[in-house]
Amino acid sequence: MAEKKGKKKDPKEWRIDIDAERCKGCGFCVEFCPKGTLAMSDDFNSKGYHPPMVANPETCTYCDMCEMVCPEFAIWQASDVQKKETHVADDLLRMDRMPHIWCPGCGIGTVVNCFVEALHEAGLDRDKTQVVSGIGCTGRVAGYVDLDSYHTTHGRAIPFATGLALGAPDQKVVVISGDGDLTAIGGNHFFHAARRNTDMTVICVNNFTYGMTGGQVTPTAPKGSIAITTPYGAFDRPFNIPFIADSCGANFVARWTTYHVRHLQKAIKTALLTPGFSLVEAISPCPTLYGRRNKLGDGLDLMKFYKEKSVRFKKDQHTTADAEIGFQDQIMVGNMVQRENPSLLQAMDSSLKAKLGDKYVQWPIPG
Amino acid sequence: MENREVRLGGFGGQGVILAGMILGRAKSIFEDKYATLTQDFGPEARGGAASCAVILSDDPILYPNVFNPDVLLAMSQGALDKYIDGLQKGGILVIEEDLVKVGNIDPSIKVFACPATRFAEEIGRKIVLNIVMYGFLVAVSDLVTEEIARKGVEASIPSGTEKLNFAAFEKGYQYGIEQKEKLG
Amino acid sequence: MKADPKRVLTGNHFINGNHAATEGAIAAGCTFAAGYPITPSTEIVERIASRFPRVGGMFVQMEDEIASSICLQGGVWSGRKSMTVTSGPGMSLMMEHVGLAHITETPCVFINVQRAGPSTGLPTKTAQGDMMQAKWGSHGDYECIALSPSSPQECFDLTIDCFNLSEEYRMPVFLMSDEMTGHMTEKVVIPPADQIELVERKFYTGSEKYLPYKREANGVPLMSKAGLGHNYHITGLTHDEQGYPVLTKKVQEEMMEGMMKKVGDNVDKLTRYEEFMMEDADIALVSYGISFRMAYKAMEMAREKGIKVGLLKMITCWPFPEKPITELAQKVNSMIMVELNYGQMFLEMDRFANKYCETDLCGSSGGEVHEPEEILTKILEAAKK
Repeated sequence: MAEKKGKKKDPKEWRIDIDAERCKGCGFCVEFCPKGTLAMSDDFNSKGYHPPMVANPETCTYCDMCEMVCPEFAIWQASDVQKKETHVADDLLRMDRMPHIWCPGCGIGTVVNCFVEALHEAGLDRDKTQVVSGIGCTGRVAGYVDLDSYHTTHGRAIPFATGLALGAPDQKVVVISGDGDLTAIGGNHFFHAARRNTDMTVICVNNFTYGMTGGQVTPTAPKGSIAITTPYGAFDRPFNIPFIADSCGANFVARWTTYHVRHLQKAIKTALLTPGFSLVEAISPCPTLYGRRNKLGDGLDLMKFYKEKSVRFKKDQHTTADAEIGFQDQIMVGNMVQRENPSLLQAMDSSLKAKLGDKYVQWPIPG
Repeated sequence: MENREVRLGGFGGQGVILAGMILGRAKSIFEDKYATLTQDFGPEARGGAASCAVILSDDPILYPNVFNPDVLLAMSQGALDKYIDGLQKGGILVIEEDLVKVGNIDPSIKVFACPATRFAEEIGRKIVLNIVMYGFLVAVSDLVTEEIARKGVEASIPSGTEKLNFAAFEKGYQYGIEQKEKLG
Repeated sequence: MKADPKRVLTGNHFINGNHAATEGAIAAGCTFAAGYPITPSTEIVERIASRFPRVGGMFVQMEDEIASSICLQGGVWSGRKSMTVTSGPGMSLMMEHVGLAHITETPCVFINVQRAGPSTGLPTKTAQGDMMQAKWGSHGDYECIALSPSSPQECFDLTIDCFNLSEEYRMPVFLMSDEMTGHMTEKVVIPPADQIELVERKFYTGSEKYLPYKREANGVPLMSKAGLGHNYHITGLTHDEQGYPVLTKKVQEEMMEGMMKKVGDNVDKLTRYEEFMMEDADIALVSYGISFRMAYKAMEMAREKGIKVGLLKMITCWPFPEKPITELAQKVNSMIMVELNYGQMFLEMDRFANKYCETDLCGSSGGEVHEPEEILTKILEAAKK
């Protein structure tokens, strides 16, 4: 259960706990701690990674940044008095399947972290939350969340989610999948779900690559970037995901990076609470493939790049058309679109009611 | 020469498969004989188990599988635990010293340990730990000659990385010669 | 016609089956490929992406397999030898367009690097579970030519053969590879270009109106390509010699007969197989692809025990080598199909052989190749009969 935000923590009651075996040595917590509390240790864990350690405990303000940004759920604030022994995401993850398969420095874990915290904050019933994934690294998210979850076929998470959302309108349906899965093979379905304003939240983790299959080019890979199927650089224009979702008519569109953990979490919360089609694009590091092939360093280097190169979307100055991403160029982040158009079910319902009048038997909503 | 069968295992990302490829290439191309490499990997790019098996022969190889290798190279504890039972009596076990602890094994097995991750970090990049292990493996097991082994490395690395990789190979090979002498 | 030396990487290579298949395609003169990444076939598109721009080829990664399987056909009609590469789930998506290639008689190559299914299954593990799908996966009737490599060397050689057959018979041809063969690394000897024979498509060069489906004496119509002024019509609807859709039973019969006889009349010519230790054999193992290598080991083990076992290796799985199988069935007491599935090519072997001898299957759920002991157990059972 999340701690009340804004309530200052009494340092005497709190400590930082670290699960060294879960850690993959990415260094995010050390880098993004605002107080320099943490440092990388010289020890190895059994996998050959250097875990962090609490180097300066007296500086810690228990702001929970490390707990939020960690992609491995390996570091958290703990307190016996306040009865917090585990990572805040613990209750909604299948901890018996940890450590997960994602690489050191991969941001997918961080996105999951933000998603879980957004679920907590949104106050949604976990038993009525459905998570649907496609195929790929991000597609494995469904397997790690302790909710009703579905690992479907490549590109078809959205049509599956459509069936679930229409058949059981009392459920909150969330699609979590990658850029290749959602915009290449899944592109057609993405457009139609957004066009119809189907009730679902889509979290698109965009790491500009097909990670699971070895790092091939995707429709979001910036022009000129190297991938294993574009070894001489991608030569075509990439998709601008917020722009597509916007032009198809989505009710909510946001983009943040895994560096912006608090904004990302809040945007996901808003998306979850917005009826109709809501999209959150999360730019995330793939150090093993996209990062390595383009000589961009490791996950931490990519995260620092996001911090440096992000530019805020301003409603009065920008439209989603400005959100195109060039190679190693600015990344426009922000909550970009908010509409209140009727969702697919609402539209279906009002149209049929108007035509059939008394004869209309409304689609039964369970429970 | 009787067939030699080598099993190499470790974590995804340690370069286990590449080490096997270099060995196979050395034998089949530079010695102009025969080698078959087969590999096993899960979906993870990093951190999961990776392993390969290399058969080295002077004649064409038909059956490609290895169940009872005469040489086992283990760069992770998981690899040792999984494959040690298959290692032949009197075989050679090569381990990454810091990551692998050897428990009770058949006393006829000759054990050679190399702190390859530390050597690689000293040389400048952790990523060459597999080349260190490869040099070490070749020195202690006589699978191919040093010259042939080095040709395999040269043909298998990105251009521009020769200095780094040869340094890694040399370090592993020399350390292997020392360890072999110690064992007598 | 000989291969182009600029496209042939002559020499000895230590490469895996997927890379060898790519070199085979390039040596065969393939200059168009449309593909989509899927494990365990991705090394092929990756190598294509790297090599093609250096040899005058065009590769495009499409948005999915449905797009890839029809994009390549556009490439064929642009005048190029074209191919795609996939594995089980992708092959399933491509099935509608396999049918299109058959009915339009479009020469092209589909490479399936099989993995354990069904559905997402075991993406990184081998199987031979798509064999029947190659023949029956698309709706309707059509013949199939499919070759099975059992080594990286064969991946190179048979890919060239696939292209040659597709051009000769003006139809799609399948290379039924598998994950283990695709990822196995061995020495591949690529000969000099002048030792590689290629078959090129025969174009219509007459001055009359071009009839895209008028069959020559060999049963195959002459090809054309975009821009020759033939103004042809190519359709997936049932069509006559002119290529015009004529939706009657009569035309369906004529069209189908022509299509089916292309392969049906040439089964013996197309059939390729090898036999090992068959002269005195009482029991015959039958296998193909990677399973052949395990069966070979089992045969050696059985011989050591004094059991007279021989092995027939199918190189063409489709059309099914009915003649050698039927002849073999009349010579031996038992035939055992060794394959990594629940019995697919077994069904073909059984229907030809079971009136003459005992038949059995050494199958598998897929995921790993057989251990020779499993096959030996079946041999021992058969020896008792």
